[in-house]
Amino acid sequence: MAPRTLFDKIWGQHTVRDLADGVALLAIDRVFLHERTGSVALKGLADAGRTVLDPARVFCTMDHIVDTFPGRGDATRMPGGEAFILETRAAARAAGIRVFDVRDPQQGIVHVISPELGLALPGATIVCPDSHTCTQGALGALAWGIGSTEAEHALATGCLRVRRPRQLRITVEGRLAEGVTAKDLAIFILARHGVAGGDGCVVEYAGGAVRALDMEARMTLCNMATEFSAMTGIIAPDEVTFEYLRGRPYAPQGADWERAVVAWRDLAGDADAAFDREIRIDAAEVTPMVTWGTSPQHAVGVDAAVPVAEASGAAPEAYTRALRYMGLDAGQAIASLPITAAFIGSCTNSRLSDLRRAAAILRGRRVADGVRAICVPGSMTVKRAAEAEGLDKVFTDAGFEWRESGCSMCFFAGGESFGPRERVVSSTNRNFESRQGPETRTHIASPETVAASALAGHIADPRRIAGAPVPGGQG
Amino acid sequence: MEPLRELTAVAAPLLRDNIDTDAIIPSREMKTVSKTGLADGLFAGWRYTAIGGREPDPAFVLNQPAYAGARILLGGVNFGCGSSREHAVWALHEHGIRAVIAPSFAPIFAANCIRNGIAPVRLSAEAVAALAAHVAVDPPSRLITVDIAGGEVRAGERLRYPFTLDAESRDMLLEGLDAIDLTLKHRADIDAFLVRDRTARPWIYLGAGTPAVNLSDSHP
Repeated sequence: MAPRTLFDKIWGQHTVRDLADGVALLAIDRVFLHERTGSVALKGLADAGRTVLDPARVFCTMDHIVDTFPGRGDATRMPGGEAFILETRAAARAAGIRVFDVRDPQQGIVHVISPELGLALPGATIVCPDSHTCTQGALGALAWGIGSTEAEHALATGCLRVRRPRQLRITVEGRLAEGVTAKDLAIFILARHGVAGGDGCVVEYAGGAVRALDMEARMTLCNMATEFSAMTGIIAPDEVTFEYLRGRPYAPQGADWERAVVAWRDLAGDADAAFDREIRIDAAEVTPMVTWGTSPQHAVGVDAAVPVAEASGAAPEAYTRALRYMGLDAGQAIASLPITAAFIGSCTNSRLSDLRRAAAILRGRRVADGVRAICVPGSMTVKRAAEAEGLDKVFTDAGFEWRESGCSMCFFAGGESFGPRERVVSSTNRNFESRQGPETRTHIASPETVAASALAGHIADPRRIAGAPVPGGQG
Repeated sequence: MEPLRELTAVAAPLLRDNIDTDAIIPSREMKTVSKTGLADGLFAGWRYTAIGGREPDPAFVLNQPAYAGARILLGGVNFGCGSSREHAVWALHEHGIRAVIAPSFAPIFAANCIRNGIAPVRLSAEAVAALAAHVAVDPPSRLITVDIAGGEVRAGERLRYPFTLDAESRDMLLEGLDAIDLTLKHRADIDAFLVRDRTARPWIYLGAGTPAVNLSDSHP
């Protein structure tokens, strides 16, 4: 047999039938739904008189518009938001689907809870009507975002009709430097190769710097494959993956576990398997990254300046528009920009390791005057674990709000926002116009950079304050 | 889904690169659990003079009388990037758009188009620019034809651009097929796969949605 990639192996194993012209009927192992887009899929399915083929492999969470204030219930600040929760709950229950509901101890952001519950598994096919489903590729799953109509198809048939994508390998050689994270690497790739660079490919992240990432960092890296316009991102499962999954609630147990691990060890691509495209990156080149514009590719190192048009990688009209929106001029130092808000959360950076690293910077310090700082753990499981370590105290002592889990202010749905022209540094994944609120100016960065910036009151390099805490200092 | 074979219509240029689905329909405009009632929210952040308002901004292309009734959109690179929200496609469809011509598409958006009878037509940036220039002279009379069956975009006497859609997508558009109905014709194959796969990968198949171990054992 010809050498095969990780993707080739998963594709082959899941092909129910080859259809015309490179399209296959692909078996889907897991379908996830949330109240924002899963609700309409369940409704569409019911309206068409169809049923869910195997409800035991379908899961639903309330994450997108659920309130994140302490003591929350079904009411949300988003106008009409409660209806999404109520309709989703009713439809999911009617379909016999497990719901990680508003008050469920396992509730959380879909791409946080799926791995932490052991629902995402190596070699599995996973879909969700949510673009960041690619996050779950970190476990060696083929996981990708779809529309609601496609979700109806997966629910009804247990399959999707998928055109075989091209394959791109991004090999990151060397090691990321101290203080440089998977988030910085993800943004670096976008800055260098553009947000259209993935062009529908399946991206396999490989190389020593990727192998050296822990599971949660791998999730952060894969999370932004959709910002690269890739079909998805994927990382070959290894001992790090297996150790992460061992004993998780839905992961295989006992003899099944032993058998699964044997099968998973065979998933990694063959040594000489061919990719359609290759990109190589030297990890040593990556520094803490911050966006300056309104696309995730509008990014530079935290110690750099807002680029001139010619160096921006943006079309002239887009460049001018982005700077006007962001209220910036070419040549301004990124690390001088005053902020009024800081946000740590989202499917990119809301896991326990993210909160630990941010807390290490915040411990014993205070957020600068005039900065509204918010931390939203990615799941209730993360929240409880963080509280068990006292991280909540670190955040609240520093002046952060400590919330219930959910997507929260990663996007604006008509409820909470940061306000017009407010400058926010955010551990999220999208800095589109008005993404976090009407005319809100979002700079995306790692949780470390968000924490350091919250302390300083302006965008700040976390490497400069990661040393001994200065009690009451401003970083 | 209504078949889409050939479309000759006014085309509106919106040649920005990386137009994201948040721009096509902001989340705040997705007000109910529905695939309809979305047209007013289409490009809401650009189309109205104020966020949340409904006063048309005369500078926005779809508000200009010359582009009234546009059924084709000319876009930039990576059209439809960002959120998977199918509401972007439903809003375009409700507004009357049946084809988007752009140098590239975000993959989820392109798939959503096919499932809703909108043709995502990939042409070079030069071709899209030439079409936009052609249209700009007099949009109501300078119509563009998108020929799905023939795989060609035509405008005026000289502009002819072939494009490719995979056979599956083309047939879906041409026949207005329902993908679920098509797939359910393979029910026997699906059942056979599941029987085989349950033996090969039993850990994939969960019973009744209950965890295999106690919840208190879960760790983050």
